[in-house]
Amino acid sequence: MGLPFEAARKVAEAAQSPGRPPVIWLHFQECTGCSESLLRSSHPTLASLILDLVSLDYQETLMAGSGEQAEKALEDSIKENRGKYILVVEGAIPTQNGGIYCKVGGKTAIESLSRAAPGAAAIVSIGTCASYGGIQAADPNPTAAVGVSNVVNQKPIINIPGCPPSPYNFLSTILYIQTFKKMPVLDQLGRPMFAYGRRIHEHCERRPHFDAGRFAEKFGDDGHRQGFCLFKIGCKGPVTFANCSVQRFNDIGAWPVSVGHPCIGCTEPDVVFRTSIFDKVQIHSVTPPDMYPAAVVEVKGKGADPLTTGVVGLVAGAALGAGAMLVKRLPKEVGDDKSE
Amino acid sequence: MISQSRRGFLKCFGLAGTALAVARAGFASEGAINDNGVGLLYDATRCVGCKACVAACKRANDLPPEKGSFDPEGLWDAPADLDGKTRNIIKLYRGSESVWSYVKVQCMHCMKPSCVSVCPVSAMQQDADGRVFYDKTRCIGCRMCMVACPFIVPRFQWEKRFPQIVKCDLCKFSEVPRKGKPACAGVCPTEAVQYGRRRQLLAEAKRRTEKNPGRYRSYVYGEHEVGGTNVLYLASAAVSFDKLGLPKLPYEAPAAFSEKIQHRIYKGFIAPLALYAALFFIAVGNREELGEKEEGR
Repeated sequence: MGLPFEAARKVAEAAQSPGRPPVIWLHFQECTGCSESLLRSSHPTLASLILDLVSLDYQETLMAGSGEQAEKALEDSIKENRGKYILVVEGAIPTQNGGIYCKVGGKTAIESLSRAAPGAAAIVSIGTCASYGGIQAADPNPTAAVGVSNVVNQKPIINIPGCPPSPYNFLSTILYIQTFKKMPVLDQLGRPMFAYGRRIHEHCERRPHFDAGRFAEKFGDDGHRQGFCLFKIGCKGPVTFANCSVQRFNDIGAWPVSVGHPCIGCTEPDVVFRTSIFDKVQIHSVTPPDMYPAAVVEVKGKGADPLTTGVVGLVAGAALGAGAMLVKRLPKEVGDDKSE
Repeated sequence: MISQSRRGFLKCFGLAGTALAVARAGFASEGAINDNGVGLLYDATRCVGCKACVAACKRANDLPPEKGSFDPEGLWDAPADLDGKTRNIIKLYRGSESVWSYVKVQCMHCMKPSCVSVCPVSAMQQDADGRVFYDKTRCIGCRMCMVACPFIVPRFQWEKRFPQIVKCDLCKFSEVPRKGKPACAGVCPTEAVQYGRRRQLLAEAKRRTEKNPGRYRSYVYGEHEVGGTNVLYLASAAVSFDKLGLPKLPYEAPAAFSEKIQHRIYKGFIAPLALYAALFFIAVGNREELGEKEEGR
């Protein structure tokens, strides 16, 4: 989270405090990948997250209850914890034809969100779908899917985009709110700066290969096998703001680029599902390469080009000839004229 | 009436011109060379070629990247030399596997700068701290500074519709007011580039060469070249300065020499006055001669 060392104690105290913040988690148009990503976190583990850290009042994937019972839990929590709960939204919200393309418990996504949002202390959009619409909003977007911020306003919304997002970016955000009772600093796309403040490219382990001009030109070629930079096979790292190259995934230091796949820019609304995975991006923050111009360049003239020499010779010859003719035709000296 | 006003105008013009010339000549003779300006000390033996200074210079002075000839896609900022987008660059001399050196190239900030001397509109100027800087509002684009510079430093924005000269000004307007030192010196991780008063930098350079004669060439480039420069260079014992693109140059400042002649000729507006006086007498003489002839006819 980019906090000073002393803050660790505060965070630990907040994590152990008895007042667990209630969390309501709504699923809409999604693949549950974000939940799955969270299930694989180990510090804290999911068990300690939902048993010790937060009071997870409603989460369709994890909750034991179902049907009427589950819906009642949701309704109770919304009423009881009004103004206190953190609303987590996973998945995009369809808006076409009154939003009928996603219904849970007989209610459309818009209805569920409109019911839960007003009482929330803060809304966390987990994943690219909830943040910006994600794959559902990709062209031609038949259900007119949008992100949470397009439906809800006048509520603080934190976007944790990613497909899936790093679970630690989500957990850190929750812990931050719990510890400091305020929102983390966000960028212009509503993402916490501590996690999305820099480009993938800036901390990528393959960056030295980029600087040295060593690229994988296509999947499976020699450069790809040797672990060279994936830029030319479509890596979006240079335009993607996220901490994947530092935080990585699955608690074993793996992430797409480490296993040879280019970054697809899943935290960027204008990149993922908008451009081809294999298209090269334009690099805007250009830096010097790992190469040097020579200290002294011995400049040698190109020498005379035969064609130029010929043309110049012809023109000069013609000029000489014309000059000679002109001189011949000139009237003789002035004195001679007078004598005539 | 017309001749009256013309005479008046010419009188005024002549007076003003004389005053201006006298003032300028006076200023130039006062301008003794300031050997305690600010400058840089670049130690090629410390430089690790990280190019942090190149990137920092571009950031600080808001200069766009330059594509390399080998890089049609524009992946890097890879200028081959100083250019209209580049004030500072790291180059490499590679003599053999064991003999090589990096070299930083930027304006040398001559103590008696030729570019300032030749500039007809004072767009190139030297401030009280010896920094040579460019004033785009005065420049007429004659590019005399580019011709005059013995280090080929000032560059032109050839691709622009309203081009300017681009050269290092030791971050006079960008990083120095903010952080107290130029971007390159501030970012260097090995202190290969140091910023300070020239006298102190020169003393430090001499201390290093005397202490480590095996490591350094026992010469500080810039101490005497063209009258001395505010940017000083130390090189490895194995690499001569001309290999680094720092040419052998006379110790006299060409600008001091030419200004000596020019300012002497124009001192007190004497030369133009003498010229016009001579022309006047010739003209009068001719008229008299012509008058005699006319009378004779």
